[in-house]
Amino acid sequence: MYSAEFEYYRATSVAEAVELMRAHPGAKLLAGGHSLLPQMKLRVSQPAALVDISRAAELSGITLDGEMLRIGATTTHAALAASPVVSEHCAILSEAASLIGDQQVRNRGTIGGSLAHADPAADLPTVIVALGGTLTAASAAGPRDVLAGECFVDLFTTALTEGEVLTRVNVPAYGAGTGGAYAKHRHPASGYAVVGVAAIVTVSDGRCTRARLVVGGAQPNPVSASASEAALEGQPLNEATIAAAAAQVAQALPNPLSDHYASADYRRQLATVLARRALVTAAERAAER
Amino acid sequence: MARYVGTPMKRREDPRFIQGKGNYVANIQLPGMVSLAIKRSIHAHAHIRRIDTSRAKALPGVVGVFTGQDLIDGGVGKLPCGWNVPDIKVPARWPLAVDRARHVGDGLAVVAAESAYIAADALDLIEVDYQPLPVVVDARKATEPGAPLVHDDVPGNVSYTWAIGDKAAMEQGFAAADHVVDLELINQRLIPNALEPRAAAAQWNPFSEEMVLWTTSQNPHPIRLLLSAFTLGIPEHKLRVISPDVGGGFGSKIFHYPEEIITPWVARRLNRPAKWVGTRSEASMTDSQGRDHVTHCRMAVLNDGTITGIHVQTWSNQGAYLSTFAPLIPTALYLTLLSGLYKVSGIYGEMWGTLTNTVPVDAYRGAGRPEAAYLLERLADLAAARVGQDPIEFRRKNFIPKDEFPYQTPVAFAYDSGDYHHLFDRVVEMADYPAMRQAQTQARQQGRLVGIGVAGCIEASGPAPSRVAGALGSAVGFWESGAIRVHPSGKVTAMTGSHAHGQGHETTFAQVVADELGVAFEDVEIVHGDTARVPFGMGSYGSRSAAVGGSALVSSARKIRQKAIKIAAHQLEAADEDMVYDQATGKVYVRGAPDRSKSFAEIALAAYTAHNLPDEVEAGLEETAFYDPANFTFPNSAHIAQVEIDRETGEIALQRYVAVDDVGKVINPMIVHGQLVGGIVQGVGQALWEQAVYDEAGQLLTTNLMEYALPRAREFPAIEHGRIETPSPHNPLGVKGVGEMGTIAATPAVVNAVLDALAPLGVHHLDMPLTPQKVWQAMQAAQA
Repeated sequence: MYSAEFEYYRATSVAEAVELMRAHPGAKLLAGGHSLLPQMKLRVSQPAALVDISRAAELSGITLDGEMLRIGATTTHAALAASPVVSEHCAILSEAASLIGDQQVRNRGTIGGSLAHADPAADLPTVIVALGGTLTAASAAGPRDVLAGECFVDLFTTALTEGEVLTRVNVPAYGAGTGGAYAKHRHPASGYAVVGVAAIVTVSDGRCTRARLVVGGAQPNPVSASASEAALEGQPLNEATIAAAAAQVAQALPNPLSDHYASADYRRQLATVLARRALVTAAERAAER
Repeated sequence: MARYVGTPMKRREDPRFIQGKGNYVANIQLPGMVSLAIKRSIHAHAHIRRIDTSRAKALPGVVGVFTGQDLIDGGVGKLPCGWNVPDIKVPARWPLAVDRARHVGDGLAVVAAESAYIAADALDLIEVDYQPLPVVVDARKATEPGAPLVHDDVPGNVSYTWAIGDKAAMEQGFAAADHVVDLELINQRLIPNALEPRAAAAQWNPFSEEMVLWTTSQNPHPIRLLLSAFTLGIPEHKLRVISPDVGGGFGSKIFHYPEEIITPWVARRLNRPAKWVGTRSEASMTDSQGRDHVTHCRMAVLNDGTITGIHVQTWSNQGAYLSTFAPLIPTALYLTLLSGLYKVSGIYGEMWGTLTNTVPVDAYRGAGRPEAAYLLERLADLAAARVGQDPIEFRRKNFIPKDEFPYQTPVAFAYDSGDYHHLFDRVVEMADYPAMRQAQTQARQQGRLVGIGVAGCIEASGPAPSRVAGALGSAVGFWESGAIRVHPSGKVTAMTGSHAHGQGHETTFAQVVADELGVAFEDVEIVHGDTARVPFGMGSYGSRSAAVGGSALVSSARKIRQKAIKIAAHQLEAADEDMVYDQATGKVYVRGAPDRSKSFAEIALAAYTAHNLPDEVEAGLEETAFYDPANFTFPNSAHIAQVEIDRETGEIALQRYVAVDDVGKVINPMIVHGQLVGGIVQGVGQALWEQAVYDEAGQLLTTNLMEYALPRAREFPAIEHGRIETPSPHNPLGVKGVGEMGTIAATPAVVNAVLDALAPLGVHHLDMPLTPQKVWQAMQAAQA
């Protein structure tokens, strides 16, 4: 468990981080280190340099900016889970954050790290995609926004480019009649989602005006269950409509991952069941707002 | 009157452990120390055509790189097997493999470097030219014609066979039976996962030619013996082995490991202190693993529920080499337990110890006894269902009655004491079992899959009468030593050959010694784990420390009392036989005249001043005893688990766990409670989550805790625990083993609960671990 040799730089600002990344091609950003450092210790990852952004104050914190929640990239899972602003305006995010790993992991792991690492079994990519969030990244060319739905390209692969620094995650605050829920089958060893499903519904006059249903863990990246979403829109949300919509989730999963813990079939089953449960909870929560 | 024994004293070792101030092998730093790292095979089976160490040697900071051949040329010997059943074939095992690697993780070369980082860098520079060979990982498939041979000199990969019981009586039992239940099962392979990975550090003194080895061992003296006699060749009087604080073992740190040979060998070769600290991945790939049985078993019963026969055939996976005690586990600690709590005359068990391209298998918490209990308790449930009886009613019908103890089983063991009916009365009462069943009936009517599982188990703990062990194949005896040194001030140092690696001996043994001598708990210090400070000892495993190690300390304390009486009698001018040793105060007084007395401290001082001792009494107050147990002890348990299964996902919720154990007399109830709860959690771990998974190429897929699922606190309800006490009649403390009992009973209790939940669907057996996917698939198949 000894990493290969690397250089270490500490950035105190976004500008400094961008400059350090430019100056050290192949460098990795270090935030909570909970995915990166174990990989380095196993020598699966051998970056020549680390740029530590964990102490750049401007990268941390949660603010409500009009209709938009802006979350600094180094905000920890524990901070997300405990934030009154998040639980008031985007409760699915605090719910998902509270289900990550264990308390020690949540105390160190960050939202930006989780999204940039793009582990297919991570919880937050699924939720951010469901929320229709954007990721703000900085580079020498200036900041740009990437739609979360377009960000997670493949296993451990995002649309962020070499040298870009993910600075902020932007998610819309829930509007009236909106509720969300995240349901997860936890891997008994890693605590990662074997399958995790994020459901967000908006209800107006007794009918669903908008449904977002995203499945993580089942495929190499978070997948929107479009047929299920379409099936719900315009419908009242009840046991029957939800079950019918959830039954279509498997259509969105043509090639599920498969391993000795969970086969492709079992992942489809989990996705279907968890989708229904998440939708039921989301609908209940929507009715309360 | 006992002042300390029986009270829940806080563990005196905990302040250093919970503050991170323990002294573990990895903490040992000596000037000039080199760090070692081991190059390990990435193939499960391969010819090693060439190992090129030149680039590694050229790396700045590398002090030396040595291969298996270098070690052999430097005089190391093969690792021996310490338990040899008749006609056993023991394959050669060198500290580092030569010519051929036989499991993933088999050591090939060692690097010594100025830092652990440089050593790890150097590993990447060692080039190994492998020629991969065909692989076998399954215990039974290894014996099939055409299976790849793990060792060319072990035909059919069968290292040994063993059988016990009366075959004719068994056949008669089956012939007389109204019903036979039959089960093919796999008791899956487990990775012990002690909290602290193994480590070794060594320092060589070239002038005195003395070696000190610090190692994470549960038994430093036997390790010294093996190093001296077989593997390293440094004689015992020049070799000191220290097991300092050790962070758990669960059996995996009993055995003699290659790194304990390599580290001192390198230290001597380089004339520099050396240290190797294993990683979690190395622990997964090199610590001896547990269980791994493929079993066919049958139980014969009459219509009234009487068991008339038990027949067991097991293929026991021994891994790529025979670990130190590997052949003991599936023989004398497994087939000998096939009588369980039951009075059955027709029992016959047979097994094949087979070699495969996997990590060696040896004792792991329970060690053979969980495998026996598991199959018996699974068969008991199937048989109860067959004759239409409640599982508890069926078991009670077959219990050995309490007035038949000591009870001679047909499979060697003679049980010391027990009252199984009372044991079950207690658990039925604690759990309110009838109410549980009633609630289950209601739940089933609602379509819910609620299951209640029962297990009643026996353990043979506290190995072992040395004569019996010798007759069964042991190369060593299983007594224990206890030495007590009373200092002139009356303070006491007690040295035990038992070794604590989490058990709390520094507390419990001090309770025992303080009570035996009548001194304050604070005045007793327990010393263990150092061959230079403790007389020869056999160490801790098999739930033996209290029963054997504790009894040895009692024996030596009794010798101290005898000598104290002689000294006091002489000084008080009374006859020895007129003296009373008051164990409550440590005072020795003349019977009927309590004022004519000497305190323990006065006697201790008198023993050392030696101004006024009886003629036949030598100066000093120090005694050593070697205690050889008359028998094993036989703790027993009745556990009830309740689960509910999610019909859609197969997820299992453990809703309730009620356990009653008879572990004999209890020294420290808090520690006993902790042992049992920890054991139960570990046993549930096997039932629901744990498994070492090999693919067909022999790659271990569960080499870290992201893949290998250990039990988590969040998965458990509060464990309801009770005890009954039938003291062991043959050791002075009346204690029975406690370290493994929880683990043994919990596994079948939970599996029985899950299968009880699935019974309405017609699912009668599933192999562990009962993962949600497996349960879901079984439900799918049942409903198809």
